Amino acid sequence: MDEPQITPDLVAAHGLKPDEYERILEIIGREPSFTELGIFSAMWNEHCSYKSSKKWLRTLHTTGEQVICGPGENAGIVDIGDGDAVVFKMESHNHPSYIEPHQGAATGVGGILRDVFTMGARPIAAMDSLSFGLPSHPKTPHLVKGVVEGVGSYGNCFGVPNVGGEVRFHKSYNGNCLVNAFAAGLARTDNIFYCAASGVGMPVVYLGAKTGRDGVGGATMASAEFDDTIEEKRPTVQVGDPFVEKTLMEACMELMQTDAVISIQDMGAAGLTCSAVEMGDKGGLGIKLQLDNVPQREAMMTAYEMMLSESQERMLMVLKPEKEAEARAIFEKWDLDFAIVGETIAEDRFLILHGNDVKADLPLSKLSSSAPEYDRPWVETPVAAPLTALPEIGAIDALKALIGSPNYAAKNWVFEQYDTQVMADTVVRPGLGAGVVRVHGTDKAVAFTSDVTPRYVRANPYEGGKQAVAEAYRNLCAVGALPLATTDNLNFGNPEKPEIMGQFVGAIKGIGEACKALDFPIVSGNVSLYNETDGSGILPTPTIGAVGLLKSLDDLIGGRPEAGDIALVIGITHGHLGQSALAYEAFGLEEGDAPPVDLEDELKHGTFLRANGKLVKAATDLADGGLALAAFEMAEGAGLGLQLDAGDIATLFGEDQGRYLVACDADGADALEAAARAAGVPIDRVGTFGGDAVTFGAASAPMAELSKLYRTAFADAIGG
Amino acid sequence: MKAAIITFPGSNCDRDLAMGFEKAGAEVVRVWHKDTELPAGVDVIGVPGGFSYGDYLRCGAIASRSPIGQAVSDFAAKGGYVIGICNGFQILTEMGLLPGALMRNASLKYICRPVTLKVATSDSAYTAPYGKGAEVVFPIAHHDGNFQIDAEGLKALQGEDRVAFRYAENPNGSVDDIAGVLSANRRVLGMMPHPERAIEDAQGGADGAALFRALAAIGVEA
Repeated sequence: MDEPQITPDLVAAHGLKPDEYERILEIIGREPSFTELGIFSAMWNEHCSYKSSKKWLRTLHTTGEQVICGPGENAGIVDIGDGDAVVFKMESHNHPSYIEPHQGAATGVGGILRDVFTMGARPIAAMDSLSFGLPSHPKTPHLVKGVVEGVGSYGNCFGVPNVGGEVRFHKSYNGNCLVNAFAAGLARTDNIFYCAASGVGMPVVYLGAKTGRDGVGGATMASAEFDDTIEEKRPTVQVGDPFVEKTLMEACMELMQTDAVISIQDMGAAGLTCSAVEMGDKGGLGIKLQLDNVPQREAMMTAYEMMLSESQERMLMVLKPEKEAEARAIFEKWDLDFAIVGETIAEDRFLILHGNDVKADLPLSKLSSSAPEYDRPWVETPVAAPLTALPEIGAIDALKALIGSPNYAAKNWVFEQYDTQVMADTVVRPGLGAGVVRVHGTDKAVAFTSDVTPRYVRANPYEGGKQAVAEAYRNLCAVGALPLATTDNLNFGNPEKPEIMGQFVGAIKGIGEACKALDFPIVSGNVSLYNETDGSGILPTPTIGAVGLLKSLDDLIGGRPEAGDIALVIGITHGHLGQSALAYEAFGLEEGDAPPVDLEDELKHGTFLRANGKLVKAATDLADGGLALAAFEMAEGAGLGLQLDAGDIATLFGEDQGRYLVACDADGADALEAAARAAGVPIDRVGTFGGDAVTFGAASAPMAELSKLYRTAFADAIGG
Repeated sequence: MKAAIITFPGSNCDRDLAMGFEKAGAEVVRVWHKDTELPAGVDVIGVPGGFSYGDYLRCGAIASRSPIGQAVSDFAAKGGYVIGICNGFQILTEMGLLPGALMRNASLKYICRPVTLKVATSDSAYTAPYGKGAEVVFPIAHHDGNFQIDAEGLKALQGEDRVAFRYAENPNGSVDDIAGVLSANRRVLGMMPHPERAIEDAQGGADGAALFRALAAIGVEA
């Protein structure tokens, strides 16, 4: 089949700027073929090359004693002792999910699971951080239902428990929802697999599902802004098959016990192109592929289509040749394709053959190492004007404004559509705070959370970036886990706009500083830019996924107080209402500065809580919604009423950082106060749990009435 | 006692079910669906939950035609104990070892949450340790758990005391709140809730442990 002529329009349609095309001409010294243009486009788009963000990502804190593998591989790895390691990452699937919510979200989950098991780790937990437009926007209910169904359909069938995540609604996501999928797996430290190929003449093996035309150009689509032609982009969304992924994972787990694998890499964005180039590039080798051997789902596929297809559930592996029969038998057992499609070569070439034709012949190392890198102009986000006083509101009405909003209502509608207990090791199910999963067959457990408060980040990218990390840190401490490491999923608008780039730079600086101060390194991540529709950007949303360790389940701090327990707040309350949940939900105000984060306090208060977990019956961090919302959630979950001494709005709903709410019995409260005095940690008694009413100062309402609102508001908002 | 746990492609509760038996003291052997014979000396077969063959065609339909199916049927015909949980229940109905069918949940949504069950009969190895009328909490996690059967079949189940568990609050539209049913010889049990996810306190409850302990005692007594 003849390939099209290269024209400026065709180059532009591949998302390549004229100067980027010039760079291609310089590198290869001739006009590229159509397939070659496609390969460059796939490697050099924002999604794969991080060309706008690389400069800043390098500044992040990524090291620590606990880190086995930092950014740059499929996922990050931390040591949890006893030869066990946790492999984890978070990745966005925003654009596909907006175009086709079910498949977009499902394949987002599928992709992140592959990133984890390709390194030799059996997935043990998933989370999803979801951001949607206003419930009243005509597209939102459809997107929420489709995304949640898609996340559930994939993860449930694959068989990984969903243990956490977030769901938020804000008008800035009306035309651009966010789907950030997190997965973590468990590996042995002596059986981890990386993508760097080694050895010349080693067979390159294709594993898994067949290649079709789905998702051709997906990574390029994901790097573009949306406009009214979006409906035409649906064919670029991949279709997932979680059943094949499950069998592929099981086959890989078996294979990885055999010493047959030299290197292995999943085919994600930009499919065969990106996986083959990464294997070659990291190993300092060239790769030759014979496309006739690629298992194909459709007839008459071109080289261009095969190289750019984003068909799901596929892996590429460099195999020890003497192990071929053994490896093939495992894949045949699981009814999966196993095909030798090429070999490693000594020259620095990416050589693509189809029939008797050379479809591409490129210097492999240049495809990633010579990718453009931009130092985009940016401007500092102006200092936010302070919040003018909020209008008058009663404390109970204020609480109702929060729990009656889908942002703060119970999320059972969402997470009951996810299998939260498959693998039978889930100790703390999702709902509030961190989820906890036991390490199978041991008394250890791993805690997971994902956090960000996008309003804070917009008002003050630096403090907002710090806050996202600090909140993740607190959520882990609140279940008694030692915070180990993080993954960042940075969702922003168009980086070519200096004010958007300024948000990105500010957030990265804040995230980096917090990770360093809290010994909470970033070990993996993903950047999603161009989250704009018709020129209007999303709230900057740098989602932080985090992992913590419980050395024993004895260290677990629960979340259920008992009647008569005393409520105490660790940390200092000033009553910061700028950018608060209350201002937004009750009055539609998004004013003021983000609350400042004192990282020393975060470290000190978190360490104090973990050290004194035995004195505490229940703990939770205080975040958006402040003391009132956290105390309500804790009481409601335990089927109790609640009485807080404070009646003023700032004390109840202020969002000061570095704070925890804990419940103790009388002796525990005395002991905890004594320990706090000794450690120099501020602590205050703020009320008691029990009864059947919620009382804030002099105001009161029956818990049953509030609970009903809290339990039904989400479904009501999105129409069941 | 020896329990055989069958793994189909797409099974994802096979390890969990094996743990349920192992923690109760049983020996567990794992059986691949392409096998045609059961290992010697098996006392109980466990058909696990999951999404065998991706739930394609109909939940359990393809798995019910797997090579191992004949051996399972023969084992049941000889009076062997077979427990099918969730997708395992769906498979057993597709194999014809249990009556009825599991339809899509009335809400059309997948549902995962702990539910309270009422033990509906004392007359089976599975339910005897609880006793009729007892309440137990097991998690459910399914999209197609809505048990349906024709009027005659339902009358037979009721008349022969073959309903094993009923939902205290029906989550999925099942006829007569049925969560689990027994075969005519009371040796084959199919149920949608997951007792294997409730065998120790760390999981949030241990009501399921008694069921596995009772099964683990079967071979010992025999």
